[in-house]
Amino acid sequence: MLSKRVIACLDVRDGHLAKSVKFVNTQNIGDPVEKAHEYYIDGLDELVFYDITASSDKRNIMLDVVEAVASQVFIPLSVGGGVRSVGDATDLRLAGAEKINVNSAAVKRPELIDECSSAIGNQNVVLSMDIRKVEKSHEIPSGYEIVINGGRSPMGLDALAWALEGEKRGAGELVINSIDADGTKDGYEIGLTSMISQAVRIPVIASGGAGLPEHLYEVLTQGHADAALVASMVHYGDYRVSELKSYLHRQGLKMRMSW
Amino acid sequence: MPPSRNNIASIVTLIVDYDAGNLASVKRACQQVGLAAEFCADPDRLRHAERVIFPGVGAAGSAMVSVKERGLDEALREVISNGCPVLGICLGMQISLDHSEENDTSTLGLIEGNVTRFRMDRPDLKVPHMGWNEVTVRQHHPVLAGIVPGDEFYFVHGYYPTPKDQSAVLATTNYEGDFACAIGKASYVGTQFHPEKSGRVGLRLLSNFAKWDGQC
Repeated sequence: MLSKRVIACLDVRDGHLAKSVKFVNTQNIGDPVEKAHEYYIDGLDELVFYDITASSDKRNIMLDVVEAVASQVFIPLSVGGGVRSVGDATDLRLAGAEKINVNSAAVKRPELIDECSSAIGNQNVVLSMDIRKVEKSHEIPSGYEIVINGGRSPMGLDALAWALEGEKRGAGELVINSIDADGTKDGYEIGLTSMISQAVRIPVIASGGAGLPEHLYEVLTQGHADAALVASMVHYGDYRVSELKSYLHRQGLKMRMSW
Repeated sequence: MPPSRNNIASIVTLIVDYDAGNLASVKRACQQVGLAAEFCADPDRLRHAERVIFPGVGAAGSAMVSVKERGLDEALREVISNGCPVLGICLGMQISLDHSEENDTSTLGLIEGNVTRFRMDRPDLKVPHMGWNEVTVRQHHPVLAGIVPGDEFYFVHGYYPTPKDQSAVLATTNYEGDFACAIGKASYVGTQFHPEKSGRVGLRLLSNFAKWDGQC
């Protein structure tokens, strides 16, 4: 039986670690390579880097960060943010990323998912979705809408329909990121996560809102998620990765407890 | 001039390069355990190797085409018959059997048996089998030394090996029932999981392989 995964997400801007609250007011909180290694030693199951660098001329900094991390952290490493082409994906893979996250560019041009999955394999393509809750409508029957540009642009695209399309086009995994919950520390969006998890046959990573160990338990059970993504709750030292995993293990979830 | 077998420090591990995915992570993990590793797509060089890693992700059909085109199949058979330690990883392990259900492919036949797809008849089991799962050692082997109950490795695969002879099964993992996750015969050993992505226990396995003389 597979273990549930705890994944730490590091938002990186210009080579530095940043953490956003509802996608605005990002603050610099340290060196991503150091943090990555610290979490790896403390039992982290997987690592996600999100490049939130605004200017494209600084994008190469991210490749250096990925390379530095990959040479000392021997767990799956996933990288996203600004992946627009197979070329971007290949560059990141060569630098040491295992999985590539696609997000906004795939919403604008869904073929990107097909192209990446045939170039680097389905299992390495993660479709990351930023989602907000809206009134149910003809256009958005699930009541959850896809947004892009860090949550600023609603796309008139139903989140459930997009998850299913992403799976069909060859995504190997989904990140369900609730922008309503992001940074609040009030818990994951359970309804949204559960709805999508039960509709697809690929693993689902829940993201946005984790503040307490109980929130992880909730989303991994009621939310049917395969993995829980954490950020600020570990970045600021409120909890250690090992502490979260021990808690989940004590609650009866299968976790990787030997590292 | 081929390196002397008497001088361990001069041994370079060849990572077979046949266009089957990203090999850089395997090389990095080798470096981490002190194994000097180089990529190799040249069958003549492979024939004289002292230690070989045969990695790979992707599909069996295209992998076999690529291996044969480069003449790496014969070189691998030869190097294994010479007693050179060889480690297959994931797809690199799967193509060591006779046949794979993936693309209905005839494979190398180094180990008798087939590669089978997870049946997916349980809705709660997702395919590919992706993530961390426990590895249970079934047979003592130098490459698996130090792996204890509870140790987990990282897997990403939709097919698994079914060796004909149970004596080739070194370790198992439970997903849709128990399946062989490590197989071996003579100086060949193969894992379905990715030691290069499996943290400390994965590095331990690579370090064991680095010291292994190919004898069981």
